[in-house]
Amino acid sequence: MLGPLDYVFALLSLIAEVYLVVCLCVSRNRLRYISLNIYMLAAVGVTIAQDAAWHHFGLRSPIYAYVYYYTDALLTISLFFVIMSFYHQVFQQMGAGKYVRWGSVLLLSATAFLSYLIVRRMPAYQVKTQFVVEMSQNLYFVGVVLTYLLWGAVITLRETRTRLIQLILALGIFFSADAAGYALYNLFPGLETNFLKWIPPVMGTFLPLAWAYTFTRIPEEARLATARVATRAAVQQMAAHQHS
Amino acid sequence: MIAALICVISIAALLQFFVSYSRSVIAAYQKSELSEQVREVAGIDGERVTSEQFGQLVQLVRLCPQKNDDQSDLAVVRVYYRMMGWLGVMARSIAPAIYKWAEDERISCTYFAAVALDRRIAYSRALLAQQMSDQ
Repeated sequence: MLGPLDYVFALLSLIAEVYLVVCLCVSRNRLRYISLNIYMLAAVGVTIAQDAAWHHFGLRSPIYAYVYYYTDALLTISLFFVIMSFYHQVFQQMGAGKYVRWGSVLLLSATAFLSYLIVRRMPAYQVKTQFVVEMSQNLYFVGVVLTYLLWGAVITLRETRTRLIQLILALGIFFSADAAGYALYNLFPGLETNFLKWIPPVMGTFLPLAWAYTFTRIPEEARLATARVATRAAVQQMAAHQHS
Repeated sequence: MIAALICVISIAALLQFFVSYSRSVIAAYQKSELSEQVREVAGIDGERVTSEQFGQLVQLVRLCPQKNDDQSDLAVVRVYYRMMGWLGVMARSIAPAIYKWAEDERISCTYFAAVALDRRIAYSRALLAQQMSDQ
């Protein structure tokens, strides 16, 4: 049975996604963020497809589960192209973007292969459902690793573009919360009904909302000292307190 | 085993990303100076705000007409302020350096709320002036 909160999250995420697509289409920088725009268009399609499956077949039906997990996996893979475009922006001046792209493709292929190896030994009736949960957990974790490396590059190269920094950090929150949620589901399946079921809708709403906010509020030319926001700066502050 | 490892690493990364995200939101407000008016309204004496004033400032922000562009910032900073509060309570006796850092972060959150209030007061005044000129 669906509650009012389910509808609120579904509606909010859809509105934010459509807003972001329109916002990016009319923006001067539409080519710079083309992969993000394609991802958002795909997200709108997936939200509608999932809602349609939800209403036609019910929340507990296997068809809805298949539609949910497989479209989610495809959407996560398309999000990797957004990460790659961020890498491209960060490494643009160094000309190292193509090495990063190949590295990401290799990492993605290795994840899919490893996930398959893990579930290959399971009974046949469990393979399809267990595979998608395992695959989602691993895909989100690859996203965490890629975003973390990207954030490390942003700090090391002293990237100052506020918009890019906030887009990357919101993506990091999205990936790490979802990866932790799927991992917790694998460890403690009983938590799903009370707590873990809220992580995907909350994060699915947070990401388009945070990005919509960034594109609306933060101008392209805004700059921010990366050292002020990095946790390394926080650790240095703590060390200073320790000595004082 | 793999799931446990992924869980621990992801939660650590989540905390780090969230702290950096909140600091990036707060940093954008740190450049603004507080007006005399907001100091008077909020009862701020001297140069610095105190972390305890955060709740009072947020309540005052809520009383002002919404500007629609600081709602999500405010939500993020409120979560961050609470998180720093818990960290401060836990670290107070065992790690004073962490406690002091958390306190500094809470002061930054309070300054953010004061700037948000300042902007909303300026917005309300502009709205009022516009209404007066329309009549």
